[in-house]
Amino acid sequence: MKKLQTLLAASALSVTLSSMSYAGELIINSDASDPAPKAAFAEIITAFEKQNPDIKVTYNLYDHEGYKTTIRNWLVTSPPDVVFWYAGNRMKAFVDRGLFEDVTDVWDDNELHQDFVSSKPAMTVDGKQWGVPYTYYQWGIYYRKDIFDKFGISEPKTWDELLAASATLKKNNIAPVSIGTKYLWTTAGWFDYINLRVNGLAFHMDLMDGKVPYTDARVKKTFETWKQMVEPGYYLENHATYSWQEAQPFLYRGEAAMYLIGNFITPNFPAELEGKMAFMQFPVINPEVGMAEDAPMDTIHIPSKAKNKVDARKFLAFMAQPENQTIINKALLQIPPNSKAKAVDNEFLNKGVAMLNSADGTAQFFDRDTDPAMAKEAMKGFQEFMVKPERLDSILKRLEKVRKRTFK
Amino acid sequence: MYPKSIKNSSRFVNVAYRISLPITILLWLMPLAAVMMTSIRSIQDINQGNYWGWPTSFNFIENYMMVFQSTEMGQYLLNSILITIPAVMGAVALSTLAGFALAKYKFKANIWMLAIFIGGNFVPFQILMIPVRDLTISLGLYDTHMGLIMFHIAFQTGFCTLFMRNFIVGLPNELLESARVDGVSEFKIFWHIVLPLVRPALAALSVLVFTFIWNDYFWALVLVQSDTVRPVTAGLSSLQGQWLASWNLISAGAVVAALPPVTLFFAMQRHFIAGLTLGATKG
Amino acid sequence: MQDQNTPTLRANQLRDKPPITRRRFPKQLTPWLFMAPALLLFSLYVLYPIISSFILSFYNWDGMGDKVWVGFGNYVELFDSETFWIALKNNIIWMLLFMLAPPIGLAIALFLNQEVRGIRLVKALFFFPFVISQVVIGLVFTWFYDPNLGLLNSILEVFGIQTIALLSSEEYVTYGIIAAGLWPQIAYCMILYLTGLNSLSPDQIEAARLDRAKGLKMLRYIILPQLSPATFIAVVVTVIGALRSFDLVATMTAGGPWGSSTVLAYMMYEESIFNYRMGYGAAVAVVLFLIMAVYIAYFLTRMLRSES
Repeated sequence: MKKLQTLLAASALSVTLSSMSYAGELIINSDASDPAPKAAFAEIITAFEKQNPDIKVTYNLYDHEGYKTTIRNWLVTSPPDVVFWYAGNRMKAFVDRGLFEDVTDVWDDNELHQDFVSSKPAMTVDGKQWGVPYTYYQWGIYYRKDIFDKFGISEPKTWDELLAASATLKKNNIAPVSIGTKYLWTTAGWFDYINLRVNGLAFHMDLMDGKVPYTDARVKKTFETWKQMVEPGYYLENHATYSWQEAQPFLYRGEAAMYLIGNFITPNFPAELEGKMAFMQFPVINPEVGMAEDAPMDTIHIPSKAKNKVDARKFLAFMAQPENQTIINKALLQIPPNSKAKAVDNEFLNKGVAMLNSADGTAQFFDRDTDPAMAKEAMKGFQEFMVKPERLDSILKRLEKVRKRTFK
Repeated sequence: MYPKSIKNSSRFVNVAYRISLPITILLWLMPLAAVMMTSIRSIQDINQGNYWGWPTSFNFIENYMMVFQSTEMGQYLLNSILITIPAVMGAVALSTLAGFALAKYKFKANIWMLAIFIGGNFVPFQILMIPVRDLTISLGLYDTHMGLIMFHIAFQTGFCTLFMRNFIVGLPNELLESARVDGVSEFKIFWHIVLPLVRPALAALSVLVFTFIWNDYFWALVLVQSDTVRPVTAGLSSLQGQWLASWNLISAGAVVAALPPVTLFFAMQRHFIAGLTLGATKG
Repeated sequence: MQDQNTPTLRANQLRDKPPITRRRFPKQLTPWLFMAPALLLFSLYVLYPIISSFILSFYNWDGMGDKVWVGFGNYVELFDSETFWIALKNNIIWMLLFMLAPPIGLAIALFLNQEVRGIRLVKALFFFPFVISQVVIGLVFTWFYDPNLGLLNSILEVFGIQTIALLSSEEYVTYGIIAAGLWPQIAYCMILYLTGLNSLSPDQIEAARLDRAKGLKMLRYIILPQLSPATFIAVVVTVIGALRSFDLVATMTAGGPWGSSTVLAYMMYEESIFNYRMGYGAAVAVVLFLIMAVYIAYFLTRMLRSES
């Protein structure tokens, strides 16, 4: 028993030791723990080590949820040299506290300013760049083309067409929209898009930054629009019971026809639905408002307390190279932010790239754009609204209370 | 005996009682039986909604193999073992020492120390969350087996000390006294006289604490985050998301996670219950 | 099922002998040396964190950066927050409904307290749910309640009752989770009572039988008083189980829908870990602690009284 304890103590010690860096060792903490990204980054790191034989990379993988909280502890105490993270408010929160390193020099030296034109704003705070993006993806409505055809529905371009299509589907006992709101965040996709289409990107970002009250008439208008989908029951029944994954089979079995979600859903499409699944941009609501899109971007950064910043910069530059961005995004089935890199030729990605290239700006997604406590409470409110739309006023009042408290 | 033994009752009562036993068991364990049935179903059954009927095929080996091959379940199980066993040993060892002190020495703070150990054991452990998390991080033990082991030893010590103390109090003082007269040192008395006598209590306590620690979920969430350390409870709930609607695999995973404490329970039932009902017969 | 050799009983029989007084050096130090390792760890991981949480609840802290003193600010906000009252209300419902566990456990114990073949196995099977992790129980019941394929709705359909998505209904969700929690809790209470029934005094029962005491009267006046130690433990453990409830809420609903099934323990976890509001989370934990402190104090005074 003593032996076992010593053994465990020793192994715990060796873990602690290995996380202390010496020259030439580069420690990278990542939450890219799903199977496809896991393999892709293993490949990237091998390539990086080959190119830099004097650098030994230690690559630590963590799951998404745990990572979000523990990164705060490392950044303050003893951070790794490179961390995986997200653009938007999530990045800004750390930049504001001086926890991320200014990497404008990496952008200058590697001419990233031109290759990353479209993603540069998302990486810029106070005119400086704070990290390098490695992937992003589009959001939009994935739908069953065969079901649409069967009922003579054409791809809805406007809100009214979407409502009409939903009415037809509902009449034929098909849930127009599949969604699983158990873990809340899926609701924010609907809020984001309706708010972007009704009030535009600038207003949306002001709301995210806590500059507009949730009781504002414009926010209310967003919900009133949303209500047109909620009240007739166009969403999957009992959606609060399901996670986003559990809501998928309804789509695949043909019991539901549409799903507003990120492009990460596409690898899950069953083989037998080949050619039956299609993608469309979220329809226009107010034609005078520009078409902004949700396009969450994943990034890498150097903590300001990192020990090996020289090699960390090398790694950031390496990850920015077009060929490496191509490799990563091929595995992720997502879009490389580097304009010289190539996305895989895949019908959904092609549409996504085209859509994002002509977009009037992008948002990162609700829970990446606003404060975490605000996001959590707001998404609870969205879920409640989707089941009990009659409570709109009390929900908005509650959210406004949270906003006032959060953005003091 | 209460209620009256049915041995002397009518034949009808006897038969009825014996028939009612398996029926109540079946009702009582129905949710579990369903899980076990499901864990050997084929995915076709699941997709066709055949959840409660007779399985069209028995995929016992396939499903359970799948659990170990396509997920980290094996790793989770190993982690649970690597965490639980040292933690049980540590908690039992420390509390035997402390229990001996509280049982066989008269000193002023005796009763207060005992009260502290018991009180600490009943604390809603959520209040410990933030400080213990920070402590673990600053000790460099966050996301290591050791981090969880240390916490479990410390927390279970409260209950274990009460348990050991109540047992050791019952050992005859004469044995210790005569050893003292012979000039045996206090530690040797503990080691050579007390320890052999408390063996049955150690077994009971170990079995009980094993299930407590094995089934812990909260601290597995709070102190650990990577697959290489995560125990089976937290692992299982993280798998729930990945397997979509493959309920047959989730069920198989649940059965695997439940197996070790269940086996231990059936193997050492008497010890287990003795440990659990500590105090239930005294006032 | 429990013979007289089990450690607890033996310990109890001999309990009342007083500890010996130490005569030799190191008189005062020896017990402290034996206690040192346990006490050290216990202070570090249990006592210090309790104090630390109390202090933290007067600060705002997001897990990094500086802690900002806000006095009773967190508590003011807490008592003004809808979520807190929902959580508290749910905790009270948990406590009330969990009180069903001791009587049901007693009923099952009475039912099983017979000597027929295989009864040991039957008792073990009844106790079985207690050994299983709450995560597994959560999974089992989530599935049991599933609106499409769950057994519950299949049963309801047979009886022609409207089916229901229990875990996404704000009216019923808490009851659904509590039902899952009661399952192992009843098993625990049952085993406590089975042990208690085994150590009943046969003389008293015989005497009562001679007095023609019967049925419920017998139970009420003769049996229950003798079972009071078991009842005491069952109630204490049940109350604590109800207040600590976290695992089932986390696995079955994550507090949803829209926070309607949250309890104090889950609320503090969510505020601290997901919303990065450590001070506020600590305040929730302190309130939970204070509620529990009432029971801990009750338990301790009773136990200390029986010791002296």
